[in-house]
Amino acid sequence: MTVSTASPMPVPPGLVIAQQLPDLLLPAKVRRGVLGFLRNNPTVAIGGALLLCLVLVGIFAPYLGTVDPTALAPAKRTRPPSADFWFGTDALGRDIYSRVLYGARVSLTVGLSVALLASLAGLTIGLISGFVRWADSIIMRFMDGLMSIPPILLAVALMALTRGSVGNVILAITIAEIPRVSRLVRGVVLSLREQPYVDAAVASGTRTPMIILRHILPNTLAPMLVQATYVCASAMIVESILSFIGAGTPPTIPSWGNIMAEGRALWQVKPFIVFFPAAFLSATVLAVNLVGDGLRDALDPRMAKSL
Amino acid sequence: MALLEVQNLQTHFRTPEGINRAVDGVSFHVDEGETLAIVGESGCGKSVTSMSLMRLIPEPPGKIAGSVRFQGKDLLQLSEQEMRAIRGNDISMIFQEPMTSLNPVLTVGRQIGETLRIHQGYDKQAAEARAIEMLALVGIPEPARRVREYPHQLSGGMRQRVMIAISLACSPKLLIADEPTTALDVTIQAQILQLMLDLKRRVGAAVILITHDLGVVAEIAERVMVMYAGRKVEEAPVAELFRSPRHPYTQGLLGAVPKLGSSLTGAARRLAEIPGQVPSLKQRIEGCAFAGRCALATDLCREVAPGLEEKGPRHVAACHYAPKEVAAA
Amino acid sequence: MVSYIFRRVLATLPVMAIVALLVFSLLYIAPGDPAAVIAGDQASPADVERIRQSLGLDRPLLVQFGSWVWHILHGDLGTSIFTNLPVTSLIVQRIEPTLSLMTITLVLTILVAVPLGVVAAWKAGSWIDRAIMAFAVSAFSLPVFVVGYVLAYVFALELEWLPVQGYTPLAEGLWPWLENLILPSVALACVYIALIARITRASMLEVLQQDYIRTARAKGLGQRNILFVHALKNAAVPIVTVIGIGVALLIGGAVVTESVFAIPGLGRLTIDAILRRDYPVIQGIVLMFSFLYTLVNLTVDVTYTLIDPRIRY
Repeated sequence: MTVSTASPMPVPPGLVIAQQLPDLLLPAKVRRGVLGFLRNNPTVAIGGALLLCLVLVGIFAPYLGTVDPTALAPAKRTRPPSADFWFGTDALGRDIYSRVLYGARVSLTVGLSVALLASLAGLTIGLISGFVRWADSIIMRFMDGLMSIPPILLAVALMALTRGSVGNVILAITIAEIPRVSRLVRGVVLSLREQPYVDAAVASGTRTPMIILRHILPNTLAPMLVQATYVCASAMIVESILSFIGAGTPPTIPSWGNIMAEGRALWQVKPFIVFFPAAFLSATVLAVNLVGDGLRDALDPRMAKSL
Repeated sequence: MALLEVQNLQTHFRTPEGINRAVDGVSFHVDEGETLAIVGESGCGKSVTSMSLMRLIPEPPGKIAGSVRFQGKDLLQLSEQEMRAIRGNDISMIFQEPMTSLNPVLTVGRQIGETLRIHQGYDKQAAEARAIEMLALVGIPEPARRVREYPHQLSGGMRQRVMIAISLACSPKLLIADEPTTALDVTIQAQILQLMLDLKRRVGAAVILITHDLGVVAEIAERVMVMYAGRKVEEAPVAELFRSPRHPYTQGLLGAVPKLGSSLTGAARRLAEIPGQVPSLKQRIEGCAFAGRCALATDLCREVAPGLEEKGPRHVAACHYAPKEVAAA
Repeated sequence: MVSYIFRRVLATLPVMAIVALLVFSLLYIAPGDPAAVIAGDQASPADVERIRQSLGLDRPLLVQFGSWVWHILHGDLGTSIFTNLPVTSLIVQRIEPTLSLMTITLVLTILVAVPLGVVAAWKAGSWIDRAIMAFAVSAFSLPVFVVGYVLAYVFALELEWLPVQGYTPLAEGLWPWLENLILPSVALACVYIALIARITRASMLEVLQQDYIRTARAKGLGQRNILFVHALKNAAVPIVTVIGIGVALLIGGAVVTESVFAIPGLGRLTIDAILRRDYPVIQGIVLMFSFLYTLVNLTVDVTYTLIDPRIRY
């Protein structure tokens, strides 16, 4: 930075020079690149790291010092945490540590599957609703009705009619989450349809599938991704609640909700049975929510307000 | 002593792209009852100047320095509480967008009466009565009915009248009007200007009028200050400026070829297109900020920034080549 | 304004009709044979057939739907398979504890969440804001029953300040009624508070950028005046909307909270019904809560007219 009065030329007499006043502020430090992004958005970093750990725990459960999570050993039941049983044993003598780590697989599977399926279904319905006008009001009324049924109750009702299995749980929760995603996609489609470049594409004879592919889909990706993380977190909680009240995954499969349900009767005297799966579930849901929040803030500040 | 004396006002902002020196060393004064117009292109810092006077600049990204003496007291040294007692009371401001400057969920009467209740201790009924008076004063028909209405029930012109009513409710000594007519229809503009003229005389307030429309300047203002890239580049009484603009930028604004002694006829002059753009205020500018767009620029201009020099009767300009007035031309 | 309310009510009716249709059709879209599932693995074919008849699965769809709707309009929500009692009376017996829990939670939430959100928006970017938002995202991530257990463990078992479980009807005294509901309400409110605080902050931030707030500052108004009179009223519409939508969370969470704290309300009824596969009871509860939820959102729509004078067409 050179001062503007420095000049090799001789200053003519009588010249009035502007007064140079000092700067009041120091410039902000700019952080660039992926690392810069992570430092500017610590929530994504923390959430992402936590989530990664938990996913790895779930995948590598057999190698992390676990035993068969379904092995019964009634002689060793309800032992508090010790060197042999890091998280203690439950009412049937099963090792809680192993059950919790294997339980990560169930919860993460449910969460991710619901997020994926609900997104795909919601995307399809939202696109149809946005493009096919006569179908729009019917579909949206339908979605309004569906959204009027509290999601957990809807899942409960569906589960009451079917045999308990992870697949049915995923299906039941997905149905409850579809309306929100479809509303989101429909909103994007409706607002994009007004844009001049879409009009131009239509006018130049581009067929609808191409328009969807080129113009609509890229713009739905960001909000859908953010919404998907929230759906994932919500699905994990709903699954645990369903299992907790006996309407979720069958008791033979170790899921965090199941472990807590089994520990329910003894929680006053043996709280560790409920505590460990609860801690893992909370950590996972928190991680997913942090990632979702971080993505929302980073991808589009405008969108941040509407979500 | 002048009512308002501003010395070396600086307002800088910290932005992700660098430091924005929106106002960088502006000094001027306003006497009681006088009307000063501040003109310039958008981005020259005139709005930021007015917001800085009222200390309405959010200070984490921004920072204000200099001195702003109002009735002898430096406003920049006051506490926020003391400043609040002055805003809306001794100094008022009206903004450009009448459609969005009024709170949609509060009645018009409530919004007018607020300043009276807070600054001058009126009670609810007295405030409403005075609000009705103010509505009548600004020329809104059926004021007793309108006082209970909401902003969305009024047109743009009427809303601006309400804004004026709000600003004058406490009889301020200084009114700052930031582009008050820009967002209005041409016919309404004339009405509002006339209203402002009348009220100015009646209330006896000094006015700082910010505008880019030189026609408005000619109608209302007594003195004019031209700003460019965060600095003052010329200042003169209105007639003098129109008669003999010295700074090339002002001459460009007035749409005349820059040469000495040219005089302009007609009061209404709109902003003429000057080729080029205002330089980014995020970099320190070497030399004269206008050099890039000026037909008369020389190496000297690009090296040495010109200061304000007296070029005529109460007329200053910042240009190395703007000639001084020869006596009895 | 009356016509606005009337039109909103009218618009709610088709939604309720669709809700009824959906709840009814669950029985038909469930994979497999619901009658067999409900009868259980030990049931004989005769049992399954009996169940099928009681559910009406043997009759034509439209006839069944018509008869079902007819019964509902007369207040008959079916009969419990397990106890043979009318579902309606079962619900009426258990409704007070659940409504008490939900009401107290709602009041608690609004009193805590809205000021938190306002403060967070006012001090946006500061450590207070970050702390409030960190608290919000954490509270949002904790499952209701986890919070319930922790609270019960700390405050009831260890400190013995409050009862561990149970419910006392309002008729037996205000304090005993509240005493039993404090811990469950706090547990249930956590998620709800987080949600409302977030939307309050977001909505307030949006409003605080508006020109009329700049005008209010230029008038020399105090900070509290600007936040709570000028800003909050404008921010209220999205906040009230989310409060309405969040009632769905309340309903779902109440089911679980009642289990943790042994409150004899509709949640417990639901859980018992699940264990026994007593579908008519479940169906009745789902229908009732859905209608309740629709009514809540209708109330929200009407509340808009009180908040925003522009919504009165």
